[in-house]
Amino acid sequence: MSARRGIGSFRQPSIIPGFGLTFGFTIVYLSLIVLIPIAAAFAETFKMGFHQFWHVVTTPRAVASYGLSFGASLIGAFLNFILGTLVAWVLVRYTFPGKRLLDSLVDLPFALPTAVAGIALTTLYASTGWFGGPLSAAGIHVAFTRLGVVVALTFIGLPFVVRTVQPVLEDLDKELEEAAVSLGASRRQTFLRVIYPSIFPAALTGFALAFARGVGEYGSVIFIAGNMPMRTEITPLLIVTKLEEYDYTGATAIAVVMLTISLIMLVSINVLQRWSSLRTVAADG
Amino acid sequence: MVSAMPAMAAPAVSESRGVRGLLIGISVAFLSVFILAPLALIFATAFGHGILPYLRSFANPDTLSAIRLTLLAAAIAVPANLVFGVAAAWAIGKFEFVGKTLLISLIDLPFSVSPVVAGLTYVLIFGAQGLLGPWLSAHGVQIIFAIPGIVLVTIFVTVPFIARELLPLIAVQGNEEEEAALTLGANGWQTFLKVTLPNVKWALLYGVILCNARAMGEFGAVSVVSGHIRGLTDTMPLQIEVLYNDYQFVPAFALASLLALLALATLVVKSLVEWRAGNLQGENA
Repeated sequence: MSARRGIGSFRQPSIIPGFGLTFGFTIVYLSLIVLIPIAAAFAETFKMGFHQFWHVVTTPRAVASYGLSFGASLIGAFLNFILGTLVAWVLVRYTFPGKRLLDSLVDLPFALPTAVAGIALTTLYASTGWFGGPLSAAGIHVAFTRLGVVVALTFIGLPFVVRTVQPVLEDLDKELEEAAVSLGASRRQTFLRVIYPSIFPAALTGFALAFARGVGEYGSVIFIAGNMPMRTEITPLLIVTKLEEYDYTGATAIAVVMLTISLIMLVSINVLQRWSSLRTVAADG
Repeated sequence: MVSAMPAMAAPAVSESRGVRGLLIGISVAFLSVFILAPLALIFATAFGHGILPYLRSFANPDTLSAIRLTLLAAAIAVPANLVFGVAAAWAIGKFEFVGKTLLISLIDLPFSVSPVVAGLTYVLIFGAQGLLGPWLSAHGVQIIFAIPGIVLVTIFVTVPFIARELLPLIAVQGNEEEEAALTLGANGWQTFLKVTLPNVKWALLYGVILCNARAMGEFGAVSVVSGHIRGLTDTMPLQIEVLYNDYQFVPAFALASLLALLALATLVVKSLVEWRAGNLQGENA
């Protein structure tokens, strides 16, 4: 047995069979479907020189699209950070009629196709729509403006903060709050000093997930955005436009910028999640 | 003293009635505006002119062909990702090896890649100017602007779903039951089918249903590789876009209502699975 183990062995021995088959299949499948196509995009940009790449990704139109995609995603994620934490709190701590229904509907943006969300939101906020009518009478235009992009990205990001904060709140030991109270803390102090620090890492993870999703979102945004270059054009739409003009190099260069950001976000979210679970373990211990 | 403690602590670990009412009100309003209103609008518009125009929407041959193509894409993508999800969850959940965290992150990668970028990477490989494009077209195989491309990108965007549902469950279940079965003479397949599978079947079911909903609803990635040939390469979400841009709102929302029903069914299954898991936990405790 010790001979099989070896110091350099990359996995611990086990009597459970099937590692070679399942691990091998996982790696091959993931490489063919996900990794090689993504590597191809990076490889494609090496065909152009750095100067050409830099020129393409920093045109005013591209920079304006990053500003909109990032700005609107940040605002949407921030709204969800606040209101999502509130929704999680209400769903965990209070009882009221219709609570279970609302709880299950929180996941709707995960399950509803983005194009369906897109046409529904656009119709709601168009000047003839249920919300768009009164709003435009008040001088607020949502559909076909940047505000519309924020609305769509808030919808898309809604489940993330709720679903990351909810389990942490459920596991939160009420004895800690009681201890704080018996030591003379007011409800506000208890919230700020005891509850909030426990849920903050989870809420931040949810914020990052919502933000990452928002930056790449396409289907729910293009209907409501108006899609005017420099004003209401998101980065994924710019990629599609360039593809339709057969400008593959330009589309790929901008796609590589987005991919790089996705990879950075993925690493940050992993770090956040680890921090969040450490916090939970520390609170339990 | 002992009896005074809970009497003192009880009111202070919750909020006053007014605050509670306010927080519930804000949450319900937020979810009503962002979730209930778009959902209600889809069905209200689809049935806006009565049931007959709704039904007539499905007499359009392009719509029917879009439904067929969407069913076909999901019928290939979901089983492919089911096999992948089970293999990945087995390799990662049952074994300890170097680079496990990295592998989990790579499986999550399609979550953070913009669907438009996913579609673009396949164009770069299989498109007419792509790496394999010239060789493929010389052999009479067309992937991009054809059905195989649609199926491939659908697989890409739904890679993580089933693996993600199974992984945590398989990991926390430990290996004792499997080791017992193997010691008693069961082979690997018998152990998987009779010991592991019954423990994870509900999570597996939810993973499959969620994967299916996302596969049928994918828009951005499919939009890039489809070529939008009416009646041939338009899926349901793409046909919704075509109808909506044609101002055919009833047919657009009628088709959207099918996908919305699928999303609602997905949420119902999720609630059932969670309710069951909660009950099982209660029994074990």
